[in-house]
Amino acid sequence: MVTFELNGQIKSFHIDQGEFLIDTLRRHHVVSPRRGCDTTSCGVCTVLIDDQPMPSCALLTARVNDKKVTTVEGIADFAAELSAYFGKEGADQCGFCNPGIALSVYAMAQTEENIDDDTIRHYLVGHLCRCSGYVSQTKAIKAFLEGRK
Amino acid sequence: MKTKMATVNQPHASKDGKGIMMGRKAYTDDLAPADALILKVLRSPHAFAKIKSIDTKNALKIPGVECVLTHKDFKRNAHTRAGQGYPEPSPHDKFPIDEYVRYIGDEVAVVAAIDEKTAIKAIAAITVDYDVFTPVTDFEKAKNNQTLVHPEDGIYEMFPIGFDPKKNLAAGYHMEVADVEKTLKESDVVVEESFYTQAQAHVMLEPHTVNAQIDYNDRLVIHSATQTPFHVRRIISQVLEVPLSKIRVIKPRVGGGFGGKQAIHGEILAAKITLLTGKATKMVYTRKEVFEATYTRHPMRLDLKIGATKDGKITAIDCYGLSDTGAYGEHALTVFMVTGSKVLPLYNKVDAVRFHGDVVYTNRTPAGAYRGYGAIQGNFALESIIDMLAAKLNMDPIKLRQKNMIAEGETSPIFEIMGEGTEGTAMYMETCKLDYCLTRGLKLSQWYHTYPRKVHGDKVRAQGMAIAMQGSGIPYIDMGAATIKLNDDGFYNLMVGATDIGQGSDTILAQIAAEGLKTDLENVAVYSSDSDLTPFDAGAYASSTTYVSGNAVYKAAKEMEKMLLKEAARVLKVDIDAIDFDGETFKSKDDEITLKDLSNQLYYNDEQKQLTATASYVGHKSPPPFMAGIIAIEVDKATGEFEVLDYTSVVDCGVPINPNLAKGQVEGGIVQGLGMAAYELADRTKNGKLIQADLLNYKIPTTMEIKTLTTEFAASYEESGPYGAKSVGEIGIDTPPAALANAIYNAVGVRITSLPITPEKILSAIKEKENMQ
Repeated sequence: MVTFELNGQIKSFHIDQGEFLIDTLRRHHVVSPRRGCDTTSCGVCTVLIDDQPMPSCALLTARVNDKKVTTVEGIADFAAELSAYFGKEGADQCGFCNPGIALSVYAMAQTEENIDDDTIRHYLVGHLCRCSGYVSQTKAIKAFLEGRK
Repeated sequence: MKTKMATVNQPHASKDGKGIMMGRKAYTDDLAPADALILKVLRSPHAFAKIKSIDTKNALKIPGVECVLTHKDFKRNAHTRAGQGYPEPSPHDKFPIDEYVRYIGDEVAVVAAIDEKTAIKAIAAITVDYDVFTPVTDFEKAKNNQTLVHPEDGIYEMFPIGFDPKKNLAAGYHMEVADVEKTLKESDVVVEESFYTQAQAHVMLEPHTVNAQIDYNDRLVIHSATQTPFHVRRIISQVLEVPLSKIRVIKPRVGGGFGGKQAIHGEILAAKITLLTGKATKMVYTRKEVFEATYTRHPMRLDLKIGATKDGKITAIDCYGLSDTGAYGEHALTVFMVTGSKVLPLYNKVDAVRFHGDVVYTNRTPAGAYRGYGAIQGNFALESIIDMLAAKLNMDPIKLRQKNMIAEGETSPIFEIMGEGTEGTAMYMETCKLDYCLTRGLKLSQWYHTYPRKVHGDKVRAQGMAIAMQGSGIPYIDMGAATIKLNDDGFYNLMVGATDIGQGSDTILAQIAAEGLKTDLENVAVYSSDSDLTPFDAGAYASSTTYVSGNAVYKAAKEMEKMLLKEAARVLKVDIDAIDFDGETFKSKDDEITLKDLSNQLYYNDEQKQLTATASYVGHKSPPPFMAGIIAIEVDKATGEFEVLDYTSVVDCGVPINPNLAKGQVEGGIVQGLGMAAYELADRTKNGKLIQADLLNYKIPTTMEIKTLTTEFAASYEESGPYGAKSVGEIGIDTPPAALANAIYNAVGVRITSLPITPEKILSAIKEKENMQ
């Protein structure tokens, strides 16, 4: 049995030995972390562990006992607001990478003070996107952060 | 006719962006039943072998294992997984699971178990005794090799495509206009070079995924991350001998495709086991499986000869191509033909042109459809050799292009000769703003400010460019259809077979419908790609959706408008001509009724009926989008390392239905093309094993490589397209390889002729050049 805070609620889960967090979450209908690579390279399984972006595909669920786990479902208003800026910039395509990106942007907005293009690129480097070419995403994130000031 | 448009040519946000960003259930894996059996495939460790015996007893003993199927459990129905129109121009050379394995990753057995852990355990418990053969791994030695990749009987072509498995040939092609050899001999200058392109991987972020179940009406329902749901249904029916009427294929949200999901992959296995057990099944490919056991781009060697007069008139182009289709011949002929047909017409004023070659089988991961589809390979070769010719003529490569490239109102004999697997369609370029694209691109990139180079010590800044063309669907073959349904309260459903795989086709097709019905985009609810509920569409490939499916939506909207006017005329008791409809209200001289009231009356009160308009469209031509692409780089002469500073694209795709989404198509294509040009290695060991089979080792561009992209559209209006549009899905990918090769030449004077263009290749070419001096 593992107990952790998931999107603001304390939850307990029975897990198998060696179970990864992505599988625990998806089995319990939290589907925003998705499986893209199995080698922690692509970013689509990103979750926040104590507010820091981590790949849930390589994180044993047992390791997050007593920790705070946030998925995009837990930052719904933030994600909805960000999506409006993605829409304005035409940065939406297949969207498989979007929830992970939203979480990293959230972490960046909590952590960094002076965010410029390089900061955004740095936070997004672990989020592969094969659709957009990245520039529209970067612009959307920048405009979103400006809009929040 | 150009008119000001309210919804089309506006940068609306994707209709589905918010729900996707918020992580809602949308993709195939999200929609699988919780109790679905998990499927795992035992894959071949050998590049070429025959299964002597296979023992599944121990696997079946493991608690939780439902079944294990091998080649013995499938009827030997030869088919092609290509996912093309029927009859397919690809050889029927694949069996569901075969006694032969033809590449590392080929299917040996499939396990269904209660969970992934059990399935993996069962896979490990299967023992196989192989008769291992020497594989054909070098595609340049495949033709007439002693080893035959397909020695078996029962494989065939649907019509002549040059299929000759006894010579390891999946397909072949030859066409010639005038006498190329004679014309080359008589040319003042001839340049000759061979170019190599690699087996690029698609790397769509969502791996191939399928789930299958039997519904309460005993129908097989398949959710698949596919680009071609109707082709999936047809192929499953053919292979498993299930009537089409028993199969429903639903395409949920798809996490990218780029051609990699045009073919079917796990669908047959999932369908088979669900039919066998009556239980739901789910199969999600691992990333390693996506790399090793789906598709790649066709690697090619292209031998080019180009001739010109002293003053720079190109007289002849001769291209021999050798294409590697890997173990199966999916898209073998058609990709190869596009290498000629969507590249060579760029220089349409030649006296003679020849395109010919072979598509060979080898024992490596099959090649298949991939954005660009042969054109990117051809463009790399042709647009590289154009710069080489310019250098030999001592002429500005821009001027050489401007003198020889295709222009509005012109044609090329190639359009009529070469189609996709068949003869082509004669057409004139009613829109071709290539000259503008080039001129504007030079201005935006400040080309002559840098050209040919600016040197600061070891750092050299330079630019390189290429022009490109693509198509808009496959004329007379691929059809798209749309249904518009009027609901009460006056909102519409748009049902299309067209397959949104992330490119935003649901949004742009709704924009076309909204424009036609003069309504808001929010008033059109779209459903795409459910083989039971939406009309047919060939699928998302061949740059067809905007032009072909878009024209179907345009026609359906016009048809719906006619129906609405007829009903309004009846209610208002006037002639149709006497009504003015602004999208919300029907007005006659003395009376009016709102669409809302009319639709409510039609549902509940008076002469009740359902208004539904269905239209279909098949192209009579394939108007090409055109573009000029210019890359700006900084090369370090000491290391061969380079940085991409900017990529300027100016594109003629007619009227972009949604400028933001069209830009997304172009920029996404550019970056994927840059990946092929510069970063993406697909090496194999001598035994045919892919070395870069995960995302740690196979490097696609990240935010660190891509800093600036400059993208613009030319003012252009294609009369035959919906609201003036041509398609735009592929054109973006074509130019980066040649543009980068030309930029490297401009920077450091070495010509790289094989992809990817790595620092190692650049540095060793620089050293070689220095040694020769």
